Amino acid sequence: MTVRKSERLLNLLIMLLVQRHYVSKERIRAILYDDSPSTEAFEKTFERDKEELRSLGVPIEVGQMDAYFDDEPGYRIRADEFALPEINLEPDEASVVALATKVWDNAKLAEATTDAVSKLTAAGLDLDLGALDIAQPRLSADEPSFEVFWEATLTRRPVTFDYRRPGYDAPLTRHLQPWGVVRFSGRWYVVGLDTDRGEERVFRLSRVVGKAKVSGRPGAFEIPPGTDVRESARRLAPLAPSEEAVVLVRPGAGAPLRRAAGSVEPDVDGPDEETPWDRLCLPGGAQAEELLVLGPDVYVEQPPGLRDEVVARLRAAVGAQP
Amino acid sequence: MTATAGTGPGAAKDQVGRLLRLVPYLHGREQVPLDEAARVIGVPPSQLDQDLRVLFLCGLPGGLPDDLIDVDLDALEGEGVIRVSNADYLARPLRLTPTEATAIIVALQAMRAGAAGATREVVDRALSKLQAAAAQGAPVVDPGHEAPATLALRAKLEDAARRRRQVRMTYYVPARDEESERVVDPHAMVAHHGVDYLDAWCHSAQAPRLFRLDRVHEATVLDSAVTTEPRAPRDLSDGILAGEEATRVTLRLQPEARWVEEYYAVEEVRPQPGGGSEVDLLVGDERWLERLLLRLTPSARVVAPKNYADGAAKAVRQALALYDEPPG
Repeated sequence: MTVRKSERLLNLLIMLLVQRHYVSKERIRAILYDDSPSTEAFEKTFERDKEELRSLGVPIEVGQMDAYFDDEPGYRIRADEFALPEINLEPDEASVVALATKVWDNAKLAEATTDAVSKLTAAGLDLDLGALDIAQPRLSADEPSFEVFWEATLTRRPVTFDYRRPGYDAPLTRHLQPWGVVRFSGRWYVVGLDTDRGEERVFRLSRVVGKAKVSGRPGAFEIPPGTDVRESARRLAPLAPSEEAVVLVRPGAGAPLRRAAGSVEPDVDGPDEETPWDRLCLPGGAQAEELLVLGPDVYVEQPPGLRDEVVARLRAAVGAQP
Repeated sequence: MTATAGTGPGAAKDQVGRLLRLVPYLHGREQVPLDEAARVIGVPPSQLDQDLRVLFLCGLPGGLPDDLIDVDLDALEGEGVIRVSNADYLARPLRLTPTEATAIIVALQAMRAGAAGATREVVDRALSKLQAAAAQGAPVVDPGHEAPATLALRAKLEDAARRRRQVRMTYYVPARDEESERVVDPHAMVAHHGVDYLDAWCHSAQAPRLFRLDRVHEATVLDSAVTTEPRAPRDLSDGILAGEEATRVTLRLQPEARWVEEYYAVEEVRPQPGGGSEVDLLVGDERWLERLLLRLTPSARVVAPKNYADGAAKAVRQALALYDEPPG
């Protein structure tokens, strides 16, 4: 069965590749599908075969056979679209390309990279791994929805997903035209047009709840010209709060906050006298989580919004204790 | 690369994909031993043998003997060598799919950041050739780049591990909210969930430890040689705590705290009505759990063992008291 099908797929590919003109469905059927019991069965098998070849990356074109009979579609594969252009990698370039197979820490993309390298090196290349001075990076992508957004971004198809915002909201269903996928500090984000809000938005993939769903046809939207997804993500991502924060910290506590502090004023009066306090001025602001984690070793002075959030969350926790 | 043979869904497609890589590889070579070709394509020789027997049946439409691709089955069966001819139209490899092109370009972009001087120039040359061949528009996937300080630190620790030299470093322990200096025997770098760790023997703790790179400060490579043997690299797939003494703790998470399920190696997740969940995770250090609960305030609570919640609950009451809020 597999042999029969492989043979048919490859013969179909060759037939469409070597013809200068479109090949009619009738001719394809007569030569390769003469064992089909009915027109319906033929149509079904032929559709599936075309899809399988396309998913391998074979560009099958559909066109009009004849200017006079426009109901007759024909098919062809253009040789210049089918084949990899001549790339001619030098031996040292081929070596870094070969090393690229070790970068992805994600099964699907590691496989895609390996397949790419095996195409690029199909003609047989000399590898020179000797003189490379390189710190090998690892790109992990273990967010469950990563592959869906990757595929949707490459094919320009809209995505629907449930998204959990940090804070108190229940997950909300969002609709996005994904423009790009960007990595910051080991985490992946997607940038795109939120079609419910009609605005550019960024989402952190680890906060996508459940399965993201792709809908619509490939090429369903255009990415606005001049879009720089990295710049958009930097602008939109809630990567760091920006309102300056002032906090009191007990001596010796909160080393990460101290590193981020613009100034430290030691030995100031605080909310209790168990220990002295240090006043830290945090020009980049602070997030409630990084303060809550310090328990009674930190006291928020400014801004009021941050102080209120910390107090509200502490009070909610006390209220929730059994 | 797919090495699965057989008759499952996609088997025919995979077989055609292999043949589209094999023919360009054979093109321009008079003959290639079956074993060697199988290694290049990444399948067992028996699978490649089957693939070649399919190729034997294919060719130009018309069905005349001259139309078929010529696979020398005598040579294959007799000498174990592959000779293929009359297949010039398949001589070029297939164009890269968008996923393949993007995957390799993004991988090279990530490598670029870690490359120095002349090597970076080589990566740039390879990148520009691939980008031209892929003929894509603006890049839609951006791997970012690690801060040069992180790369320099990692290179320094990798070098120390390779040369088996001890390292003195300042390390921040969030579970104790404390920074301390220690001497370690660096053994290897490992990555887990996008975070890099140094696997090392810690002379202060007299125990093996994993150190998160982003919590290491001011590392100095010493002249003294390491005094412990590197062990087999740790397998982190079972979670970062594998092998250490750990207690199973059950937490009830509100929806907004469910990122914990992805962030830490949880043993089991049981979704609850209302969007929350109950998770089991292995906790090696009670103070670590206390910090996690504080960070999640008020969206997580301990179901069992009950006393594991005491530390965090006390800290919450004390913290609230600072703001003159009556507890409870």
